[in-house]
Amino acid sequence: MAQTAPVEVERPESEEDVTPDVPWIVIVWNDPINLMSYVVFVFQKLFGYNREKATKLMLDVHQKGRAVVSEGPREKCEFDVSRLHAHGLWATLQKDR
Amino acid sequence: MAFRRIKRTRRGFDLRLPAPERDVLRTLPDQLRALLDEDDRADPAMRRLYPSAHLDDEAASTEFDTIVRDDLTEQRRNALDEMARTIEAGSVNEEELLAWLAVINDLRLVLGVRLAVTEETTPAEFSGDDEASASYALYAYLSYLEEEMVEALSGR
Repeated sequence: MAQTAPVEVERPESEEDVTPDVPWIVIVWNDPINLMSYVVFVFQKLFGYNREKATKLMLDVHQKGRAVVSEGPREKCEFDVSRLHAHGLWATLQKDR
Repeated sequence: MAFRRIKRTRRGFDLRLPAPERDVLRTLPDQLRALLDEDDRADPAMRRLYPSAHLDDEAASTEFDTIVRDDLTEQRRNALDEMARTIEAGSVNEEELLAWLAVINDLRLVLGVRLAVTEETTPAEFSGDDEASASYALYAYLSYLEEEMVEALSGR
């Protein structure tokens, strides 16, 4: 993450601490191993999405290489990423920009 | 309709697994357990099971890993224990089938990384290499079984 305020002495550890309203997003990346049906199942199970939405997200991952599957405060996104990792999906979080 | 190995019933899920398949499945929890015990952070398969959480921020990824890794491992061990405990069962409940699914998906990831599979991989790529051919056969079988599990869990 960029460090952009050199003049500030007591700056917070990271920018998100002072901009809590900037949402974070969770991205799932395409991989050649996970089954399409399994990915749909995981999206439904973890996020409560209906089959249609889960399938659209899976197809975005498969065809575009990635899809944003959830968003919110950093802590929520970290939780979602850990759950996706527990299910074997390749997920990352980042600030929405 | 093709013979279904995993069948949803009113009380749970029947596991209609031919004996030779169950013989193979019986060996799987210990294989994954050995990997988790070793916890080799440089092993590409382990990196696949515990991927980086931040794309371009190694420090944040390391911090994330420090916080969640033990919990993820505990979840994986619980699933291994659950599958080992029910490995001879003729039927299981949803929680138990989810444990089987977790173990089988983890093993597919490990095998897939080891074999460097792509979306275009065919069995022919491994002809002439007995060990890789056997691994790919197991990978393909687990894919088939996982597909059935997901269908049964999804109520289809």
